[in-house]
Amino acid sequence: MTENAGGESKGNTPQGNVENLMDIRDIPAERLLDEVTKIHFDEWRLVQICATKIAENRYEILYTFGKGYDWKNLRITVSHEDKVSSITSIYEVAYLYENEIHDLFGIEIDMMNYDFRGKLFRTGVPHPFA
Amino acid sequence: MSTLNYLGQSLKNLFSRPATENYPAKPHIYEERYRGHIENDISRCILCGNCMRHCPSSAITVSKAEYTWRIRPFSCVQCNECVEVCPVKCLSMVNAPTKPGTQKSIIVNRYSSEQIAVEQERQKAIAERIAKAKAAAAAKSPNPADTAQASKENKSCV
Amino acid sequence: MADNSIKKISIVPFGPQHPVLPEPIHLDLVLQDEKVIDALPSIGFVHRGLEKLVEKRDFQDFVLVAERTCGICSFGHGLGYVEAVEKIMHLETTPRTKYLRTMWAELGRMHNHLMWLGLLADAFGFESLFMETWRLREKVLDLLELTTGGRVIFSVNKVGGLRKDVTKGMLDTIMAGMTVLTKECRVATDTFLGDRDVQSRMRGVGRLSPERAEELGCCGPFLRASGVRRDLRLLGYEAYGELQFEPIVSFDGDCYARCEVRIKELYQSMDLVRQCIEKMPDGPIEVPVKGNPNGEYMARIEQPRGEALYYVKANGTKFLTRYRNRTPTYSNIPGLVETIKGAELADVAMMILTIDPCISCTER
Repeated sequence: MTENAGGESKGNTPQGNVENLMDIRDIPAERLLDEVTKIHFDEWRLVQICATKIAENRYEILYTFGKGYDWKNLRITVSHEDKVSSITSIYEVAYLYENEIHDLFGIEIDMMNYDFRGKLFRTGVPHPFA
Repeated sequence: MSTLNYLGQSLKNLFSRPATENYPAKPHIYEERYRGHIENDISRCILCGNCMRHCPSSAITVSKAEYTWRIRPFSCVQCNECVEVCPVKCLSMVNAPTKPGTQKSIIVNRYSSEQIAVEQERQKAIAERIAKAKAAAAAKSPNPADTAQASKENKSCV
Repeated sequence: MADNSIKKISIVPFGPQHPVLPEPIHLDLVLQDEKVIDALPSIGFVHRGLEKLVEKRDFQDFVLVAERTCGICSFGHGLGYVEAVEKIMHLETTPRTKYLRTMWAELGRMHNHLMWLGLLADAFGFESLFMETWRLREKVLDLLELTTGGRVIFSVNKVGGLRKDVTKGMLDTIMAGMTVLTKECRVATDTFLGDRDVQSRMRGVGRLSPERAEELGCCGPFLRASGVRRDLRLLGYEAYGELQFEPIVSFDGDCYARCEVRIKELYQSMDLVRQCIEKMPDGPIEVPVKGNPNGEYMARIEQPRGEALYYVKANGTKFLTRYRNRTPTYSNIPGLVETIKGAELADVAMMILTIDPCISCTER
């Protein structure tokens, strides 16, 4: 948790007293699979995965889960050196989102069930959002 | 479940008038609000460049040095934003679409020679006034903040 | 003699250019004889990077870019974006704004569903029905052109309100248009739901169970046709909380059920437009916007094709850090791949069509 808080302050995340409008829980990257497994056991569905560039070589990845009309989010902060573990072993449908993050942001994602190897989005320059 | 559900409508279509307009022969009348293309009344334009900064597709280019207002009509997305942000309301949205062309044209609106003369006159007057103010300020107290302010104003006016 | 020949496995590329596809999506179909045993989707032919543009455009101007992501879901994209920004900035829009936005969203849903019905008729080779539904769609587009000035891209939303108001005369025209449409749509929709030729192509094709649909994260009419009652309009965003409606659910989960859900939604939309016009309050259409947004929010709305998410992260300047749009088609693709497995090659085109794919907004 402490490591994560450090990452937050570096980025250009909202400054000052910003109230939390969404239900987001920040977790360290290595706890991701445990947390997602727990959520999967509670029968939440995966809604989306989205990456945000917050500073040079700092990226947030937001995982959104839904159950009926309730939603909740998990957030990890990573850089290019980290290898993010894929959640496709838990949620098989995550492959499109993970390939998108890899293609647009250049974040390495480990052990995807369908790895397009950077060919999902045919972009003119590699990793245009990075 | 039945067959030939649509037969009645088919027969009706066969003997009724076409649903489409006989277009080139009978010109289409566009709605009053229809967003067709942008036109600029250059005689009122002050070349402020507000439209250029707000254009989502960067179709408008304004050049103060050349006294021109340019639009690339085939890049324009007809969003009406430039009309809304124009301070003197010289831009207008005309309710007929851009005429088709064989190449991507650029429409250039240039100040008339009288307008250019008036504008040059005005800028000369402004420059003189600034120079005078600067000289007065320098004579009174050589404060660096004031001169910086003056030079900035000078730049923004040119 | 028993058929003991080894079944041949071949891979057939489907798309990106195909008569049934209005937009480019590619599928590698693994076939065993005529039966599809696996499918691998591939998108990314029309990626334009519109989300990146948010870093270069003023947040108030960006709504114009957001709604140009796609032609059909256009109003919804603009609505989702302004909803997210308004939530961050704590702007409460006026009641008239809410009702007008709801009305346009429903008119957008109508023209989307009519277009889809036309494409479906075209896919199973019923050309005159295709022409008929598109003729009806044109009537909706005329109403939109009258009120907003655009046929598919309305450009009426802005942060804090609307750019254009609607006069009393226009509302009366829409009301009259709804009456005509309700009458004229009946012939076309009865053909879709009752004709034997149509049913022989759609009944029992591409079944998806509710459990699987939920697990694969499907949404919109695709999900509701599998028997899951989920419609984000029930959250009551904009004026939906004050209108009377019930989400439409069908339980077969096949192509016919999807068609049925969309047809019933078409009539439901007409009813919602009528309710909006009857309850339309008077008053201003915008509230002043002060300062810049700071914070993050994910707005969710029900697009014609399903639930769409609009994630906006602002940093206190007039340029946003991130705008992300998760469109319904994106989450329906895994469901599509699931339904294709085990189908006949000839039915694949129809199944792709029944999720109502919108590739432009999927790739942004």
